[in-house]
Amino acid sequence: MGEMEQMKKEAEALKTQIEAARKAVHDTDMASAASGVAPAPRVQLKTRRNLKGHLAKIYAMHWSTDNRLMVSASQDGKLLIWDSHSGNKVNAVPLKSSWVMTCAYAPSGNLVASGGLDNMCTVYNLKTPVIKTVKELDAHTGYLSCARFLSDTEVLTASGDTTCALWDLETGKQKTVFLNHVGDCMCLSLSPDMNSFVSGACDSLAKLWDIRDGQCKQTFLGHTSDINAISFYPGGNAIITGSDDCTCKMYDLRADQELITYQDAALNSGVTSLALSMSGRLIFAGYDDFNCNIWDSLKGEKVGVLSGHDNRVSCTGVPPDGMCVCTGSWDSFLKIWN
Amino acid sequence: MAQPSSCAQSSNGVADESPNMLVYRKMEDIIARMQDEKNGIPIRTVKSFLSKIPSVFSVCVSVRLCVAVEALHLGTLMAAHGYFFPISDHVLMLKDDGTFYRFQTPYFWPSNCWEPENTDYAVYLCKRTMQNKARLELADYEAESLARLQRAFARKWEFIFMQAEAQAKVDKKRDKIERKILDSQERAFWDVHRPVPGCVNTTEADIKKSSRMKQPHKTRKSVYGLQNDIRSHSPTHTPAPDAKEPVLLSSLQIQHWQTQLDRHRLKMSKVAESLLSFSEQYIEYDPFFTTPEPSNPWISDDVTSWELEASKEAGQQRVKRWGFCFDEVLKDPVGREQFLRFLESEFSSENLRFWLAVQELKKRPIREVPSRVQEIWDEFLAPGAPSAINVDSRSYDKTTQNIKDPGRYAFQDAQEHIYKLMKSDSYSRFIRSSAYQEMLQAKKKVKPLKRLETAI
Repeated sequence: MGEMEQMKKEAEALKTQIEAARKAVHDTDMASAASGVAPAPRVQLKTRRNLKGHLAKIYAMHWSTDNRLMVSASQDGKLLIWDSHSGNKVNAVPLKSSWVMTCAYAPSGNLVASGGLDNMCTVYNLKTPVIKTVKELDAHTGYLSCARFLSDTEVLTASGDTTCALWDLETGKQKTVFLNHVGDCMCLSLSPDMNSFVSGACDSLAKLWDIRDGQCKQTFLGHTSDINAISFYPGGNAIITGSDDCTCKMYDLRADQELITYQDAALNSGVTSLALSMSGRLIFAGYDDFNCNIWDSLKGEKVGVLSGHDNRVSCTGVPPDGMCVCTGSWDSFLKIWN
Repeated sequence: MAQPSSCAQSSNGVADESPNMLVYRKMEDIIARMQDEKNGIPIRTVKSFLSKIPSVFSVCVSVRLCVAVEALHLGTLMAAHGYFFPISDHVLMLKDDGTFYRFQTPYFWPSNCWEPENTDYAVYLCKRTMQNKARLELADYEAESLARLQRAFARKWEFIFMQAEAQAKVDKKRDKIERKILDSQERAFWDVHRPVPGCVNTTEADIKKSSRMKQPHKTRKSVYGLQNDIRSHSPTHTPAPDAKEPVLLSSLQIQHWQTQLDRHRLKMSKVAESLLSFSEQYIEYDPFFTTPEPSNPWISDDVTSWELEASKEAGQQRVKRWGFCFDEVLKDPVGREQFLRFLESEFSSENLRFWLAVQELKKRPIREVPSRVQEIWDEFLAPGAPSAINVDSRSYDKTTQNIKDPGRYAFQDAQEHIYKLMKSDSYSRFIRSSAYQEMLQAKKKVKPLKRLETAI
């Protein structure tokens, strides 16, 4: 037996042991534990704002930390910065490549970033008299599926080349490369304490990474198809994932396993995006079937639907103060609900 | 007609299938149940004005409204993907009004990964013009498409015309009823792949999925068996980089699994309890559950809530949050201020000031880092430092090493030690202090401090 074969056997043995260890602490399931909790009231949200301005499919959106401004990216080749409360477009950033897949707002509000099929993450300064490109982060060998700012000096990216990377914005170089996924990385989410992040990929796995040492700390299994969306639960002890297998799942980092699956027999389309309400109790998940479904994260029940888009919901976001939820769609509109 | 091949499955099975396949299989399960001879939907031939309409069903939804809405939504989705269609409309949706629908033949199912070319569409439209039947007349958008295709394929139009003629001949030979059914199914196929302008194209792929490293095998055969020499190529896909250094990668994986195995796991019951209590604590701060004071700016259009949050005054609710955990104090600028004030009264403010300085250091531009590291060292850790902090010897030694090659994380160990110290010691005293209790009971209004909050 070759070395490779032996290693494969060893890896399989370890995985079996991990499964056994997980089963050993599985003394209850979330649904039973939450049976005593009052059900979330049936949620009926109204559209408070309808933001029109993009001319083609919207692929991504991200709230600013000031709870009012947001950035959205569309295949019409533009990033739009909105004062979503007034509905005004504050800025328009023309993109070099219209095949954009992600956008991000820096916590300081000074910078925004975008990326996509050009394999690059481009960072723009919003505070100069004319919006300037600050840096083009170019080292990935696959499309850029997600980007997030840690600060005005560091950016995290997830790419179709199966890696994630931490970049230094001054040098424009990768400081750390996170290697472990075997499928395209589709999404990432920063932990509240900014010391770690989780990523979801086409290998149907979610992984937890330590930002400082670049190591993959935990791997979460369970999905049977690409994970398109991922988010940390407030508090930083659990994560929620959304997948093409039409389900969302909650994994707990301390129990090292899946707690709940959010699924429904009538739901026959993949999850494209998700966002959590500020307490984590509600999950807003966007689906391919043009709706955004609302789940009670503790009881695993569907408690509402946001219907109104004429095409697939591609992105969702809840601002830091949790006052509303925004959905963006291939129908070129952004809607704000609460 | 040429036989399509179904999507290739790699040796690993699941992960290599197109993500849509899962969805198609679910829909096909439902179709199978709908078509079940005993318990499925009754399919019949309906007598119409001059002729018979073969093989149709109609929809009558007789359940509660919310279920009906969901049922129609699901049905419309399945129609939009092409599993069944209204017999006399190009727009693929399901309506509860007696409209007749027909099932699509499995040959045309989307799970066969069809990617029909424009040459096929040209043959189809051309064929339609050859059949003198009112019901087969081209719609406006189809006529436009045909004109466009004629211009695009001007040089090979003779070839396309011949193919269309041949297809039309074959069709004529079929039984009348069979023809009616097949014609409608073929039309429905094209309604999916060349939808009416304004309708959603369900075959549109997310660019992320079409750029995936592992490409599902797309059907390259023509719908009408054409040998196409100008077939466009599917997006270039580089074969997945198969383990660059297989042994090295595998041993890293084994290390990873070993680390994961050695993790300490908490019991599910404990974890569930902690999540439930977190939710309970924060639900009153969640605007989706508790109406914010004075109002939600998105509903009332009044931005007072935001102004209050930004101001230095902290209401009772905000003060209450600081009691949940130490991180809440550190997150809120007003909380930090009050905590700092408290520490000053205990003569231990250097701990918080150090922690804040290190946090700020992590965001500095790299060129400023070395000098800042030196400043922090001089102020807090050097022998005889003015704001000397107490760290354990291990962290102290490590930090001494780190500052020789100063980076953003030079003080990480010391910072963690100080954080734990404040959390277990000063924080609990702060929460029990009369200053905090008075703020909590709103006996004293929390006013902004006069001096600026700086790290040193």
